[in-house]
Amino acid sequence: MFRFISGFGSYWLLLAKVFARPEKHSIYYRQTMKELVSLGLRSIGITTIISFFMGAVITLQTAYNTENPIYPTYLIGLGCRDAIILEFSSTIVALILAGKVGSSIASEIGTMRVTEQIDALELMGVNSASYLILPKVIATLVFNPFLTLISIVVGIVGGWIAGTAAGVITTQDFIYGIQYAFIPYYITYSLIKTLFFAFIITTVSAFQGYYVEGGSLEVGRASTKAVVYSSVTILLFNVILTQLLLS
Amino acid sequence: MIRAENISKSFAGREVLKNISATFEPGKTNLIIGKSGSGKTVFLKCIVGLLEIDEGKIWYGDTLFSKLDFTGKKEIRKEMGMLFQGSALFDSMTVEENVRFPLDMFTRMSEEEKLERVNFCLQRVNIVNSNSLFPAELSGGMRKRVAIARAIALKPRYLFCDEPNSGLDPKTSIVIDELIKEITVELNMTTIVNTHDMNSVMENGEKIIFIEEGEKCWEGCKTEILKSDCKILNDFVFANSLAKQLKASSLEE
Ligand SMILES: Nc1ncnc2c1ncn2[C@@H]1O[C@H](COP(=O)(O)OP(=O)(O)OP(=O)(O)O)[C@@H](O)[C@H]1O
Ligand SMILES: [Mg+2]
Repeated sequence: MFRFISGFGSYWLLLAKVFARPEKHSIYYRQTMKELVSLGLRSIGITTIISFFMGAVITLQTAYNTENPIYPTYLIGLGCRDAIILEFSSTIVALILAGKVGSSIASEIGTMRVTEQIDALELMGVNSASYLILPKVIATLVFNPFLTLISIVVGIVGGWIAGTAAGVITTQDFIYGIQYAFIPYYITYSLIKTLFFAFIITTVSAFQGYYVEGGSLEVGRASTKAVVYSSVTILLFNVILTQLLLS
Repeated sequence: MIRAENISKSFAGREVLKNISATFEPGKTNLIIGKSGSGKTVFLKCIVGLLEIDEGKIWYGDTLFSKLDFTGKKEIRKEMGMLFQGSALFDSMTVEENVRFPLDMFTRMSEEEKLERVNFCLQRVNIVNSNSLFPAELSGGMRKRVAIARAIALKPRYLFCDEPNSGLDPKTSIVIDELIKEITVELNMTTIVNTHDMNSVMENGEKIIFIEEGEKCWEGCKTEILKSDCKILNDFVFANSLAKQLKASSLEE
């Protein structure tokens, strides 16, 4: 318990260091561009694949669980749309990214810690926390909303392809369904969640990496912890945000 | 000039440095010697402020460095260069980017000026035609030399080297020693070098501090070291038979 509280304290101290005034904007800009590529663009592939199959399976599940003539079939399209927008494209994608991006951030920063690269930065007079972490935070805050939008579109396309291929719904019904009683605020809700989750993934994982002590074994452990802690935090915030935003 | 006064440092109750005082003068290569695990790296990291000291004071000139906050330390750190025991080059950057990094961060030089300075520093350490290689593609000795080039890129007033020649062949190791000595005189830097290599002690030792188990046991220069009668120092310096013969003959003179 004591370790938890002191860890929580150091997490906030680290954040204070991260958001100190950057010393040279041009360098931060360059780093942010690099991170946009490595944390953002390189996540498009996995997001697309997951979203496609998620959309497909949700459609089929909805179809097989509502095989009752009193339900019109367009409800399948509607169910697929809402499930994807409300939960899957923000939360599930965030959990997958916590695995991919979180572990890579923790191991990158952790390796820099144990090989004294962070000491080298500090010794030059560079604010290492800000230099290493701020560009990642900004890059994911900027890019993850796009990933969520991509995920929504691809998920719905996946649902449509699976639904029509399996013959559970016609294209007309599906399209009618995804337009029926559409609430635009759901998209906003999803994007707000994504911003919180992006912040959690980068800062929690960076925190795990930044305070590694020891060698490569500890770096490995830190990257596992990064994934576990950021996933649990995401799930916790998912509940809190849902209550705050939808009630 | 750098002055350390009564430095003590413990890790989790284990005392690693015990009340060490020392003065390091500019234009000289100051050596810290001692067995593996005696506390050399910890001492050096305390001097540069990477580790917090438990007790004592560290002065850079007239500034009490150990009491400064992050912003205050930053000003002095811009005048420091350090070679870490494991080189600590940035893996994600090429050789050129590594050496250019401090220039990018702290100067307003134009791109051409930066490139010129980078190439000058790399030439100084005999690294040519390797600008676009990554640290993983270099040998250990080359990494050390690139790290020296990075450390001197901003023409520091203080240079710290943690075991600059461990793991190198005798010839390369001499080249690196010479290099450190030359640039120290050239830029009138205060240089502090950690080492357990007796060759470089006999080559460079204008001022030597011997640490054993976290305590300063002896202080002097390379001519004095051969004649010293400090038992622990002699055990360390004359560990091999060649050195023992040397000692015997120097006492006969
Ligand atoms: N971060 C740390 N936490 C706990 N103990 C440490 C830490 N760093 C160093 N020590 C201990 O301090 C002692 C001195 O270590 P130090 O690295 O200064 O030795 P050294 O003289 O540099 O040795 P070498 O020549 O092998 O590099 C060692 O016993 C080491 O276990
Ligand atoms: Mg050492």
